[in-house]
Amino acid sequence: MSATALPARAPSIWRAPRISARWMPVFRRNLLVWRKLFVPSLVGNIAEPLITLVAFGYGLGALVGQVELGGQAVPYIVFLASGSICMSAMNAASFEALYSAFSRMHVQRTWDGIMNAPVLLDDVVMAEMLWAAFKSLFTTTVILAVMLILGISASPWLLLAWPLLALVGVVFASIALIFNALAKGYDFFTYYFTLFLTPTMFLSGVFFPREQLPGFMQAIAQWLPLTAAVELVRPLFLGQLPANGLQHLAVLVTYAVGGFWVALALTRKRFKA
Amino acid sequence: MLSSVAAPAPIFSVRALSKRFGEAQVVKDLSFDIAPGECLGVIGPNGAGKTTTIRMCLGLTTPDSGQVLFKPQGAQPLSMPSDGLAIKARLGIVSQFDSLDPDFSCAENLLVFGRYFGLPDALIKERIPKLLEFAALTSKADAKLSELSGGMKRRLSLARALVNDPDLLLLDEPTTGLDPQARHLMWERLQRLVQQGKSILLTTHFMDEAERLCNRLLVLDHGHKMCEGAPRELIAQHLEPDVVEVYGTGALALADSPLRALAQRTEVSGETVFFYTQDAKALLTALNDFPQLRTLHRPANLEDLFLKLTGRQIREDA
Repeated sequence: MSATALPARAPSIWRAPRISARWMPVFRRNLLVWRKLFVPSLVGNIAEPLITLVAFGYGLGALVGQVELGGQAVPYIVFLASGSICMSAMNAASFEALYSAFSRMHVQRTWDGIMNAPVLLDDVVMAEMLWAAFKSLFTTTVILAVMLILGISASPWLLLAWPLLALVGVVFASIALIFNALAKGYDFFTYYFTLFLTPTMFLSGVFFPREQLPGFMQAIAQWLPLTAAVELVRPLFLGQLPANGLQHLAVLVTYAVGGFWVALALTRKRFKA
Repeated sequence: MLSSVAAPAPIFSVRALSKRFGEAQVVKDLSFDIAPGECLGVIGPNGAGKTTTIRMCLGLTTPDSGQVLFKPQGAQPLSMPSDGLAIKARLGIVSQFDSLDPDFSCAENLLVFGRYFGLPDALIKERIPKLLEFAALTSKADAKLSELSGGMKRRLSLARALVNDPDLLLLDEPTTGLDPQARHLMWERLQRLVQQGKSILLTTHFMDEAERLCNRLLVLDHGHKMCEGAPRELIAQHLEPDVVEVYGTGALALADSPLRALAQRTEVSGETVFFYTQDAKALLTALNDFPQLRTLHRPANLEDLFLKLTGRQIREDA
């Protein structure tokens, strides 16, 4: 029996993503689970951001009154609403791509089962990223609807905010999946929240203008993804187009593509062992 | 060739597979074939390389050298890992640990899994009642996973592996942790699949399971093939037909007594002496002089073969 030895060729984990239509059944799987848990999940995802909005917006807003923004006086509730909806997009995508994705990947071994079928890891990671972004978009859509009903803004430009919020979901889902790939347990995610997401929240101009920050912090904050999101979405609430829109868009796209690439590479490494 | 089984063109071939993790050579120059409708059992102690072999067959671990080939009848052979997706479309896999979806009912588990193969919902829904019937889970179609026993979950895993109507099943310890009733039901179902013409690659620690289900066995230790063949042939080849086990107070002294001459081979394990012999008559007569000892006379079995080939010592590193 002649046995031809094949040279070992372990492909680089950094190779380009190989995405096929098989991400769709994985996405649908998550959708089917979510439909069963729809009501509790709805309450959990939307109640907290709305409580924040009401408490800070009306409570703190009464003290603050108006915020000076590029030579324009803006009611605090509008300032906060436009920032906090970006923060909600960030939080919703992060939670899903950390805790829920980790449960499926590690605890329930759902991914292992899926990859016993003709589905590549690349498709699974893509499905998880899009799923987290979808859940984030669902959350922000409902919040946006509530804001419209409350009359916080009625700008037709809000239609543009919607796809932007979808992109914000993609960005934070991708970044979160990097930490999902590195996690040994749920505890690890605490670091991500306390060391990255919480500072991001305060540095990105959600609650107060970034100009209030010391100079070096402003320099950092300028390149955070949530800053770009707020800079893009806030003017739309005021019925204006964002200044430097392309620059901020480029920042978001860079984080999305770079984040997903790194997340995929590290997940491949995790599954190679 | 070792095997006397008439070999039709194999559906699955592994050629000169090797894998090392750091210093440890986990699989060494391993080759084997599986014919259509054949059940091949891979047995070996923990750490023998069984799971790594399966993982390489699935393209989950990249071998250092060697080939894994899937050869569907009347089609071009496919090679792992480059044709991994095309091969997996024809495989059914039950891994050592259940990866069923706890949020779904039995029927939903099958539906969702079928979609991963790109099967249309209509086709999967047509298959679901048959699969549930096969798994003896018809009454549990809408039951949540938490309502199932261990045996039911394993059968659901098997049914799930059949959703794409595979040619070859890879089963990694499919009955570990099951009670005897559940194991027998599983065996009966696996035999049914072989009769239907499916091929099976199975790893197991249960010698009775290996002997009952497998047409051919491959004994693996330290990553390489110790021997390969039909269970009965292997036993006949490597062992004396009769075994007399003697245990009880003073049994161990017999291992060095003149009784030893009445057996071809003597082994000691724990408190028991094993005499392997062509004919046990003389030995049994001699043992009548030791009424305080308990004896068991039985034909040699696969477990004897396994222990002869892989040793009786417990392995600390396994």
